[in-house]
Formats: sequence, C-alpha cells, structure tokens
Amino acid sequence: MGTTVQCDIVSCEEQLFSGSVELVIASGESGDLGIAPGHAALMTSLKPGPVRVVKEGGEEEVFYVTGGYLEVQPNVVTVLSDTAQRADHIDEAAALEAKAEAEREFANLKGDMDYDRVALQLAEATARLRAVQYIRRK
Amino acid sequence: MAVGKEIRNQISSVKSTQKITSAMQMVAASKMRKAQERMSQGKPYAEKIRAVVSHLANATPEYHHLYLKDRDVKRVGYIVVSTDRGLCGGLNVNLFKKTLADMKTWADQEVEVDICAVGQKAISFFKSYGGNVVAAVSGLGEEPSAHELIGSIKVMLDAYDEGKIDRLYVVYNEFVTTMTQQAELHQLLPLKASGEEELQHHWDYIYEPDAKALLDGLLTRFIESQVYQGVVENAACEQAARMIAMKAATDNAGEMINELQLVYNKARQAAITQEISEIVSGAAAV
Repeated sequence: MGTTVQCDIVSCEEQLFSGSVELVIASGESGDLGIAPGHAALMTSLKPGPVRVVKEGGEEEVFYVTGGYLEVQPNVVTVLSDTAQRADHIDEAAALEAKAEAEREFANLKGDMDYDRVALQLAEATARLRAVQYIRRK
Repeated sequence: MAVGKEIRNQISSVKSTQKITSAMQMVAASKMRKAQERMSQGKPYAEKIRAVVSHLANATPEYHHLYLKDRDVKRVGYIVVSTDRGLCGGLNVNLFKKTLADMKTWADQEVEVDICAVGQKAISFFKSYGGNVVAAVSGLGEEPSAHELIGSIKVMLDAYDEGKIDRLYVVYNEFVTTMTQQAELHQLLPLKASGEEELQHHWDYIYEPDAKALLDGLLTRFIESQVYQGVVENAACEQAARMIAMKAATDNAGEMINELQLVYNKARQAAITQEISEIVSGAAAV
C-alpha cells in the first residue's frame, strides 16, 4: 500500500479538489474521522464542518462542507458534499454574524416549530467558524 | 408602380420573420453557453455519486436496500424530461419516439406504464397521446433548481417504495455536441451494478451511523442528482437545438427572399418592356 490515496471532493456546483493525499480528516455523523491510505471500505454521512486534506508533501488544505457523504474505497476517497467552500474563502465576520443570528433565534424560540431549522442553522454557522478558526491557528 | 405589389409585401413579411428568427438564434446561442456551463458544473458530482453507487451495487451488503433489489416487473415508471417551449427542431419528437418505442416493448409484455412528465411539451404530448401521467412539473425555466424537481421525483420514488412500480427509467436528451443531441434512456431503479470486475470477492462497507439511514439518504440523493443532471443537460440541448433550428430558418428565409426578389425583378422588367413597346408602337401609329 502506497503512502498516498486519490481523493476527490465534489459539491453540487463544482469539483473542489482532486489529487493524491496522505490524510483526510472529516467530521462524520458519529465523530471526526481520519482516513489514511489503506483504510477499510467505509461509508458515512457528514456533519457540517471542515474537511482537511494533507496533500502529498505535507501541505494542508481545508474545505468547509454543509453535510454530505464520504466514501472510502481501497484506492479512492470521495467526498460528496451538498455545498462546499474552500475554507479560506469563508468570510469570518459573516460566519460570526450568522452564528449570533442563529443563537438569537434560538433564544427567542417559541414552541418547537422551527427547532430543527434553527438548530441546523446554528450547527452550520458553528461549523463554518470552526473551519475558519482552524486556518487561523496555523 | 402597381406591378409586384403583392411580391413586395411578401418579401417584407419574410424579411421581418427572418429578423425574428435571427434574433432568436442569437438569444439561443448565448443561453446555450450558460446552460452548457451549468451542465459541466454539475457533471463531477453526478459522475462521482454514480461511481459511489455503482461500488455500492457491487458490494455484498448485510443490509439489502430496496433500491438494489431486482423485482418482477408488473409496472414501470418513466421520468420524461422535455422542454417547456417549442421551436427547437425535432428535439422533443425524437425523445418521445424513443420513449414510446421502449414503452411498446413493455406493453407487449403486458406491463403497465406510469409517467412523470417534466416540461410543458411532455405534459401536453402525453395528454393528447394518452398515458398514465402520475406527476408533472413544468416551468423550470433556464435555471432549473433541484428543489422544484424533488417533489415529482418523490412521487415516483414513493411509488417504487410501495411496490406500485418495479422499474424506473429516466429519458432525456444528451448533449453530444452543439450540432447533435441524442435521446437517452437510463434505468434508475433498481440500480445496476457496474461492469467492474476487479471487486469480485465479498466485501462490504463499514457504515456510520447505520446502513439503512445512510443508504436511504444516499440513494435518494443519487436519483435526484441523476434526474437533475438530466434536466440541466436537456436544457442545454434545448438551446442548442433551437439555435440550429433558428439558423436553418434564417437561412431559408434568406433563400426565399432571393427567389422572391428575382421574381419581382422579372415582373418589373416585363412591365417596363411592355410599357416601352406600347409607347413605341403608339408613336409609330401617329
């Protein structure tokens, strides 16, 4: 087994990434997971959050996805995301604003009518921030 | 001059038609570029999800999803993707021909057919031709959104879940080049395994969180993405076909104008000649 694996990240709108990578880290439905070359075949749904890929040579790239699916095959890792962005294209101020907005709505929530929608909004905004802050830290 | 008035009128009416068709041709050309762009943007996703799902069909899972099982065929469903507007050559006609030919093979086996019509042309065609249209959606415009489609796709998927239909096909025009569009029929359900023979041994995915919820979501997404891609591709075909049809119409109008102009000139010449000979013979008589 080699030290790299082919990885493709696509969203409904475009192909974001395609190339050989050393490691893929994504936030799966039941927790973050790291995929290294030689991983067993796996399929999982993704939560909103950052997807990090370590490219051949150690360079890192971060993408933000709003959910989707991750498939691992012996020779290819595929991320099918609903919508995805390169994390450095995310506007941090806008993400903060969205999070504050969602939290405000959360606080003012009456009944449970919109609970799911607002919870989703909040999760997305938080995830987007996580992606931005990860880049900052580096 | 009284002569050739009718011909002159005819020429001017053909000229104004030509102006319209050439304008439509240019509009279609610019819309086609946008539609093509949209088509190529969606392609990677559609291709990847198709690859993932065909891997899945090759696997030997512990959990057999409904969409992966072959059933006895008693009733089949078609999603027919057509355009909303006409004036695009034989695009829709070819598509309907292909669909009807396929339906006939089922009818011969006494299998009934349900139709989901996408686009105004398909709706009115099956209304007049007859056919059990269970879902219809039209007015998607130049930028079809997946949201508008989901409803009618769900009707067909529900019918499949409940066992009302045992096969599901999608028919749309595939964009080969600007000059050629090909009516294509694909089987959506049950999913067919790809021909890749490298994965012959028994294997299965590790599913997270659990297989059923995951596959439900993924396979529904797959069907939606395939139909959406079909609609987007059909939209690009529509503009391309319209552009070609309007170019042909403009060229024909040009030819017609030339011919009429010739007839008109001849008539005028004849009238002048006649007048001169009348004058000459009149002068000779004096």
